[in-house]
Amino acid sequence: MSKKLIVNRRSVLKYGGAASVALATPYFFTRGALAQSNDYRNAPTGDTVTFGFNVPQTGAYADEGADELRAYELAVEHINAGGGGMLDTFSSKALTGGVNGKKVAFVTGDTQTKSDAARASAKRMIENDGAVVITGGSSSGVAIAVQGLCQEAGVIFMAGLTHSNDTTGKDKRANGFRHFFNTEMSGAALAPILEKNYGRDRKVYHLTADYTWGWSQEGSMQKYTEPFGWETVAAVRTPVGAGDFSQYITPILNSGADTLVLNHYGKDMVNSLTQAVQFGLRDKQVNGKDFVIVVPLYSRLMVQGAGDAAKGIFGSTNWHWSLQDDASKAFVKSFGEKYGFPPSQAAHTCYCQAILYADACQRAETFRPSAVGAALEGFEFDGLGNGPVLYRAEDHQCFKDVLVVKGKENPSSPFDLLEVVEVTPRAQVEYPVDLLGGELGPYNDGAA
Amino acid sequence: MDAIFLQILNGLDKGGAYALIALGLTLVFGTLGVVNFAHGALFMMGSFCAVTLNRIFNISFERVSETEVDFLGNPLKEKIPYLQQWFGADVSNFLLEWSVPMSILLAIVVMGIVGVIMERGLIKHFYKRPHADQILVTFGLAIILQELVRHYFGANPIPQSAPDAFAGAANVGAWIGLGDNVIYPWWRLIYFVFSALVIFGVFAFLQFTTFGMVVRAGMQDRETVGLLGINIQRRFTIVFGLAAAVAGVAGAMYTPVLPPDYHMGMDFLVLSFVVVVVGGMGSLSGAVLAGFLLGILQSFASMNEVKSILPGIDQIIIYLVAVIILLTLPRGLMGRKGVMED
Repeated sequence: MSKKLIVNRRSVLKYGGAASVALATPYFFTRGALAQSNDYRNAPTGDTVTFGFNVPQTGAYADEGADELRAYELAVEHINAGGGGMLDTFSSKALTGGVNGKKVAFVTGDTQTKSDAARASAKRMIENDGAVVITGGSSSGVAIAVQGLCQEAGVIFMAGLTHSNDTTGKDKRANGFRHFFNTEMSGAALAPILEKNYGRDRKVYHLTADYTWGWSQEGSMQKYTEPFGWETVAAVRTPVGAGDFSQYITPILNSGADTLVLNHYGKDMVNSLTQAVQFGLRDKQVNGKDFVIVVPLYSRLMVQGAGDAAKGIFGSTNWHWSLQDDASKAFVKSFGEKYGFPPSQAAHTCYCQAILYADACQRAETFRPSAVGAALEGFEFDGLGNGPVLYRAEDHQCFKDVLVVKGKENPSSPFDLLEVVEVTPRAQVEYPVDLLGGELGPYNDGAA
Repeated sequence: MDAIFLQILNGLDKGGAYALIALGLTLVFGTLGVVNFAHGALFMMGSFCAVTLNRIFNISFERVSETEVDFLGNPLKEKIPYLQQWFGADVSNFLLEWSVPMSILLAIVVMGIVGVIMERGLIKHFYKRPHADQILVTFGLAIILQELVRHYFGANPIPQSAPDAFAGAANVGAWIGLGDNVIYPWWRLIYFVFSALVIFGVFAFLQFTTFGMVVRAGMQDRETVGLLGINIQRRFTIVFGLAAAVAGVAGAMYTPVLPPDYHMGMDFLVLSFVVVVVGGMGSLSGAVLAGFLLGILQSFASMNEVKSILPGIDQIIIYLVAVIILLTLPRGLMGRKGVMED
C-alpha cells in the first residue's frame, strides 16, 4: 500500500519551516566565527597584509612626500623584522615580527596634494589593491577628503602631516586618527614664547592661506595672542600658490602693524617669508618696536627653501631630528644610515602612524577597523620621540609635547636649520574634547 | 598715496615678468604661427640656469673634519669648493654672491640652444598641423621638461640670493618726497629696469637691423619673402632661439624674487597667455602693454580697500578684464586683422 503525499497549506508550512531551520543552522553556529575573521573590508587572506601609503609624489609637496615614503618603507622593514629604529624604544612590545602572523606589504598612491587626486588614489588602493589602511599626506584639505573616503569605504585612515584643527575637530571621523599636532596646540605652545621674547601690546597683520588649515591657524594664533594685547590690524587671505606675494606685503608697510604672522605652509611660506624679508620688514621699526615675523608652523624642508630669510624667526613643529631622547636618536640613526640624511617631521609622524597602526592590529588580534580603533582609543604610549603620548578616545587626536623652534642663525649643515627653543609640555597644549566640535560617529568596518 | 604708489611699483615689477614671457610667446606665434605651451617651461629652465651656475661654483671636494661630527656622530665630511681651494675664499665668495647676474650669460647660451633644438627637433613637424595639435605637443613637452628638472633638482624651491649690494630695500619714498614707508626691494627695481632693457633690446633688434627687417617682413608675408630668395625658415628658427633666450634670462633674473622650483613655469604660463590674447595675438607691443596693464590691475585688485568691497577680486581680475577687452575689442588691444581668424 503506498502512502500518498498530500500537498496542502499545512504541510507546506510544516516542511518549509523545517527546511528553513535546517538551512539556517550552519549560519546560526558560524555567525560569530565569521564576525571574528573576514566580514570586514579587505580582510587579508594570504600571508601578507597590505598597507596603502598615500603621499604627494608630484606637485609642490613632492619632496615632503618622498620623505614620508622613506619613513613608511623603514617602518615596514622594522615591523616585519620585529625591531629596529623606534620599534626598539616603543613602550608597547606587541610587535615581534609582522602583524597578526602576516608580513606587511605596501602599495603607494600619489595625492598630488589635490583632494580629488588623493581620493582617487586612496580608492584605487582600497578597491584594487586590498589595502586595510590608508596613511600619509601633507595637507589638511587632502587629509579631510581622504578621511571621509576611508570612513565611507570602511578602512582606517592614519593621517600624515595635517595641522588643521578640523581634521580631528569638526570633520573628525571614527575611522580617522591623527598623530600630528594641530593649530590649537601650536597657538598654545607658541604664544607664551612670543610674549616673552616680543612683549605685550603689538599690532598684528595676518597673511593667511585661504583654505581650512590657514583659517584654523589664524584663529588659533589670534585666540592665544590677543589676551596679552596682540591686536589684529588686518587678516588678509591669500590664494594658495600665489607665487608673488608683493601685492599682499606692500599694504603691511602702511598698516601700522609691527608684527606679521605668516599663516602659510610649504611653497607659499617659502615665497611669502622670502619676499617679506626682501621688503625690509625685519629691518623696520614700527610703534617704537622692532618689526617681527612669526611662522606658526615650521618644517625643515620649508626652512631649506626659505634660506637665510628664516633665521631667528619663531615657529612650532611636531618633532625635530636634533632631539636627544633615546627614541629620536634611534629613529635618526636608522633613517640616517639608510638614506644619508636626517628625517623630517613629516617622516617622523608617518613612521609613528605606521608603527601605531600595526601595534594596534596586533593588540586587537585583527585588522577589523572597529577593533583596531578601539585598541588605539585611549592608548597611552612612550618611546616614539615625543615623550608620553595619549591617543585621545573622544577625538582620535594624539596629545604630546610640542616643540617651539627658531630659525638657526649659524647652521652647521644643510639640515641644521632649526633650534629647539622650548619643549612645551603636553599639559599646556591639551584642550577640552568639545572645543573643536564635530562628531566621530560610528565605525565603519566596510563590506565583506 | 603711499599705498597706491607701492601698488604701481608692484604692478610694474610683476608686469615686467609677464611682458618678458608674453613677448617671447607672441614672437614665436607671430613668426612661426605656433602656439607654444612650453614657453613657461623655458622660463623655468632659465631660472634653473641660475641654480646650475651656483652649483657649478659650489662643486666641492670632501675633507674629513678632525673636530666636528655629523648628525650621526661620525666625523663630519666638510665640503670645500674647488674655487675656494684654487683662488681663495674672496674669489669664491664673490662668484657665489654674483652668480645670479652672471647666470644671464649662461641662460642666453643654453636657452638659445634649447630653443633651436626644440624648433628643429619637434616644433617644425607641427607647422602645418592644427593649433590644437601644437598646443597638445608643446604642453606635453612642458611636462617632460618640468619632470626632468624635478628629477634632478627635487620639488622643493631652491633659494637664490641677490648680490649683497642689492639685497635690501630702497627708500623710494625719500627719492620722490613720499613717506618713509615707501620702500621697495632693490632687486625688484633692478628686475623692472632689466625687463625694460630686454624689451627695448628685442624691439630695437627687430626694428633697426636687417635681420629684424626680414623677420618682420616674413611675419607679414612669408611667401613673398621666400620668393625673394631669402631663407626665412632659418631666420624664424633663430627667432625661436631668441624667444627661448628671452624667457631664460627672465627666469634667471627672477630667482631672487621667487625661489625657483620645477613648477614655476606653469604658474606663469596661463597668465602669460592671457596677456598675449589681451595684447592681441602676434602683436609684440600689445603683449608688452598688456603685460604691464594686467600686472598693475592685479596689484590694485589685491588692496584691502578693494577687496573689502569686492571680495576675491584679486583672483579673477585678470580674467575679468580679459573677458571685457575681448568682448569690446575681439582682436585684443593691438591685434592685427587676420591673425588666428581663419
